[in-house]
Amino acid sequence: MSENTRKFKNPVINWIEYRLPIFSFIDDSVGSNYPSPRNLNYWWNFGSLAGVTLVVMIATGIFLAMNYTPHVDMAFDSVERIMRDVNYGWLMRYVHMNGGTMFFIAVYIHIFRGMYYGSYKEPRELLWIIGIVIFLAMMATAFVGYVLPWGQMSFWGATVITNLFSVIPFFGDSIVQWLWGGFSVDNPTLNRFFSFHFLLPFVIFALVFLHLWALHEHKSNNPTGVEIKGDADVIPFHPYYTAKDAFGLGVFLIFFLGFTFFAPNFFGEPENYIRANPLVTPAEIVPEWYFLPYYAILRAVPDNFIDAWGILPVIITAKEAGVILMFASIIALAFLPWLDSSKVRSAKYRPIYKQLFWVFVADTFVLGYIGAHPAEGHFLLIGRIATAYYFFHLLILLPLLGRFEKTRPLPESISASVTNASSEEGQ
Amino acid sequence: MAETASDTHDGPEGEETRRDFLLISTIAVGAAGAAVAAWPFIHMMNPSRDVLALASTEVDLEPIEEGQSITIVWRGKPVFIRKRTAKEIEIAKADDAATMKDPEADGTRVKKPEWLVMIGICTHLGCIPLGQKGSDPKGEFGGWFCPCHGSHYDTSGRIRKGPAPKNLPIPPYTFLDDTNIRIG
Ligand code: HEM
Ligand code: FES
Repeated sequence: MSENTRKFKNPVINWIEYRLPIFSFIDDSVGSNYPSPRNLNYWWNFGSLAGVTLVVMIATGIFLAMNYTPHVDMAFDSVERIMRDVNYGWLMRYVHMNGGTMFFIAVYIHIFRGMYYGSYKEPRELLWIIGIVIFLAMMATAFVGYVLPWGQMSFWGATVITNLFSVIPFFGDSIVQWLWGGFSVDNPTLNRFFSFHFLLPFVIFALVFLHLWALHEHKSNNPTGVEIKGDADVIPFHPYYTAKDAFGLGVFLIFFLGFTFFAPNFFGEPENYIRANPLVTPAEIVPEWYFLPYYAILRAVPDNFIDAWGILPVIITAKEAGVILMFASIIALAFLPWLDSSKVRSAKYRPIYKQLFWVFVADTFVLGYIGAHPAEGHFLLIGRIATAYYFFHLLILLPLLGRFEKTRPLPESISASVTNASSEEGQ
Repeated sequence: MAETASDTHDGPEGEETRRDFLLISTIAVGAAGAAVAAWPFIHMMNPSRDVLALASTEVDLEPIEEGQSITIVWRGKPVFIRKRTAKEIEIAKADDAATMKDPEADGTRVKKPEWLVMIGICTHLGCIPLGQKGSDPKGEFGGWFCPCHGSHYDTSGRIRKGPAPKNLPIPPYTFLDDTNIRIG
């Protein structure tokens, strides 16, 4: 027998294992043979929660697709039929609707966790970048998915967002027509969006595998940000973290299903229960909550800011600048491993960064709040300041901070930090 | 691997060999083939023939009174057709001299001064501006007002205030006779 074949108790498993070593693969990946830092806290639960949510989305989505009709004349009605006539259709749809929200909650926390503990730093840069690609794919999936019920917000959201591509120089208009498959958001658009909405989650699934592959190469970061140095620093993933993840999942499901059953439309937009009408724009177009910060950035660029400087107007307008800023706000995150110049990973040992981190979190909340309001008056002003701060934090503060910040002494190892926990706590 | 093979069989070390030539030309032909194969996929997403076939619309202007507007659908987009009053035409002409974001003379935006035909989609982010109905807000310049982010258009559909960068676009159209036009 080959050396990588393990002896399992069950002869059937052994028979399979000899031919396809899948059981040892599982054991090495999420089982007793995968060593994890012994000090992971609950912020480390959100990766697995995101993963479970992805599976829930795929499962409910496939069953919804069995009853959904991607045609402008029938889409809205087919969704209403799912809600009223199809057995448990309402449940599938509400789980899928709220699942999108939960997915973004889990992933946002997951990303902020990475920022707080410096998880993106060497050697986890690619792991981080794959994460950002997953995030972009999630946004694309959620955007096309929201168009499918063909309500007023579906239609107008799609119109506004696809129009963003018209700012691309020279080819803008042909690219937008290409996206639409026509001269406006219409039946061909709905059809292809359905097709993409079906495809993308499987792409995300594959990306998650790459993400985990990269994760397993250097293992998880941990609250101290100190690398694993020896056996004393680790515990087997199973049963310790399988149990902890399972407990976290229970709590998460209470939250998730609480909304699903008791306030299923809490995160939704009533306007989307009105059938799409290409001739009437709703009084206000608001995207789903998880896009609000970006929507605020999109609308933040002042019109006369461009005029005031005199050089730019030939090159870009406020609209173009807004679109560029919005995409830049996400792309900038991919460069975090290089923007953050500090050698110390965890905010626990970076007294100034720790505070700036929370200011940044607050800033994204402000942006989200602004994104939900019309871009005028003091909302516009605050939105501009918050947008400026977002970039100031990422592009200026982080590169400089690493040079000047006086960090706290790092523990010798993970196990040292755990065994000295009582003295650590005092700091 | 390719290098080793060519190094030992095809010529002196470090020089280009026939094998390199074969390798490069194979890659080039393969890349060209991939590009050719990609085109049907890309082009399939472009507007199809039936969509293009419906790309023009004829409109009878007879029933429209002075000072009245109608909205018709052309290529899935709303087109605003307004029979302008003498006063509106006068204001539009007088404003030709005003400073504008997207300067354009009123005369170049119409074929006949009383008939203003334009695509009713805000050039900011694509909302439908208000101003078609008598009771609608018409903005500070008496034309159209986009409620989404507050763009004001004048009686010639030119952008005068707000975030929209361009005037409301004029679709291609021809007068078939005095009261009929074909758009597209
Ligand atoms: C579908 C979405 C995602 C899934 C299913 C997923 C899944 C996971 C899982 C299971 C882990 C290991 C457990 C943990 O550390 O929480 C992990 C780690 C990680 N993820 Fe994700 N992830 C997703 C999206 C993202 C995104 C959007 C980012 C960042 C932009 C990201 C960055 C990271 C990093 C840096 C780690 C290693 C962190 C550490 O060990 O401290 N992930 N991911
Ligand atoms: S879409 Fe009309 S002002 Fe923004």
